[in-house]
Amino acid sequence: MATEAQGAANKAGRRHFLEAFLGAGIVASLVAFLYPVLRYVLPPAVVELLANTVVAAHVGDLKPNTGKIFAFDNRPALLILTDDGKLHAISAVCTHLGCTVQYRPDLRAVWCACHNGMYTVDGKNISGPPPRPLEEYEVMLKDKEIYVQREGNG
Amino acid sequence: MSGLVQARKWIDERFGWSEIVAFARHKVVPRHRFSYWYFLGGMTLFLFVIQLCTGILLLLYYRPTPNGAYESVQYIMTRVRFGWLVRSIHAWGANLMIGLALTHMFSVFFLRSYRKPRELTWLSGMLLLFLTLGFGFSGYLLPWNTLSLFATKVGTDIAGQTPVAGKWLLVFLRGGEDVTGATLTRFFGFHVAVLPGLATLLIGLHLLLVQRFGISVPPGIEKQWLAQPRERREIPFLPNFLLRELMAWYVALAILGALAALKPWELGVKADLFAPAPPGIRPEWYFLFMFQTLKYIPGKIGFLNGEFVGLTGFVVAFLVWTFLPFIDRQRPGRLQRLITGAGVFAVCYVVGMTVLGYLGGRP
Repeated sequence: MATEAQGAANKAGRRHFLEAFLGAGIVASLVAFLYPVLRYVLPPAVVELLANTVVAAHVGDLKPNTGKIFAFDNRPALLILTDDGKLHAISAVCTHLGCTVQYRPDLRAVWCACHNGMYTVDGKNISGPPPRPLEEYEVMLKDKEIYVQREGNG
Repeated sequence: MSGLVQARKWIDERFGWSEIVAFARHKVVPRHRFSYWYFLGGMTLFLFVIQLCTGILLLLYYRPTPNGAYESVQYIMTRVRFGWLVRSIHAWGANLMIGLALTHMFSVFFLRSYRKPRELTWLSGMLLLFLTLGFGFSGYLLPWNTLSLFATKVGTDIAGQTPVAGKWLLVFLRGGEDVTGATLTRFFGFHVAVLPGLATLLIGLHLLLVQRFGISVPPGIEKQWLAQPRERREIPFLPNFLLRELMAWYVALAILGALAALKPWELGVKADLFAPAPPGIRPEWYFLFMFQTLKYIPGKIGFLNGEFVGLTGFVVAFLVWTFLPFIDRQRPGRLQRLITGAGVFAVCYVVGMTVLGYLGGRP
């Protein structure tokens, strides 16, 4: 009687072991299948050659009280010439939800059409939903070209 | 004639066709003053089939690359014979299908058909509704025009605000940090392979569950029928209900055909990754209420990001709505009135914000 019970217990032990073995095997297979898939769906990071300085425009391209979009590291940026002849360069990617902003000569401000966000010409958020100011860049004049560079990068 | 009879006998011997027909003949549909709402699910299914057919036709000419997408849709619209019709039916059909799916969902909500034992039917239906919105969102980008580019920027940016997994989700959806040609490739894959596969599976499950539990009778009418069993009215599914449903499909087809022929879907201006967002930009009408809400939320609420607060609110509301059958547990009384009230509020909110979104243009 005792041996029979022991045999049954042994059997149950063996069954548990086999079940755990099988379960672990299935889980390991799933992980082995899914891990490469998860890695695959996220694209490899692009090595961005961050140009610290780009030519945004030529002197004379811009009339006073207008703005121009230019590409800065594959992202849009905005160059503005104000009424008093001052140049400003800011990121054109709205800090709210990433739309591209534009200069509004009638408001003398930078405006995002998506959610009605408003910034000053130097990128400060003044109304609407944007939570942060737009990044401001340094503007330099050299040989009749307008260079724009990231602040703090000499 | 004898050939047909022979063929039928051949099938019958192998698959038991008459058994299936006999089974289907037992199926009944309740008939009462709200019966018309029962047509909506079938109509949505019909539009799904139309989308499948026209989508396959569009695939013959469409090219999913930033330099070819806009031009290929232009080619379909201007050169391919009846291309304008196929694309217009696909675009209008998408809008009609989303409208029908939403109406179907609200009718099930207000008739309280989601109660036990139909919780899973509701859940699969809600998942199908989200998939349908996913179809709309991913398909919108494919013509690669300015409006769709900014709609995708905003939409994926919102998805990127999700706590913890936001960044991951953003890169997964966009195929990189920004919306580029890589995004187009991905959205194309989602739109023509991933979503149709998932939707077909879920529709199968949804129909199986509807078949398993039969058609729900609204609680008020159920009570009335229990009190006076002679009042109970039912019609056979085959052929009575099916024929009526087919009529409804014809109506949907007529509306769709008229819209596609009289107001062909516009193509817009080709997307330019370095152009500012055009004034008056807004998403498709079914996302407009969320878009409009985000306009009203300030940048900062206390120490929290405004858009984060708005997004969290929507996610919580959608979750509660999805798991409604597990909240509304048949106990009549205050909870039920609260749920109906919440439903009425949701409809008013969505309709109101959508109208405001249409009226509100420039500052």
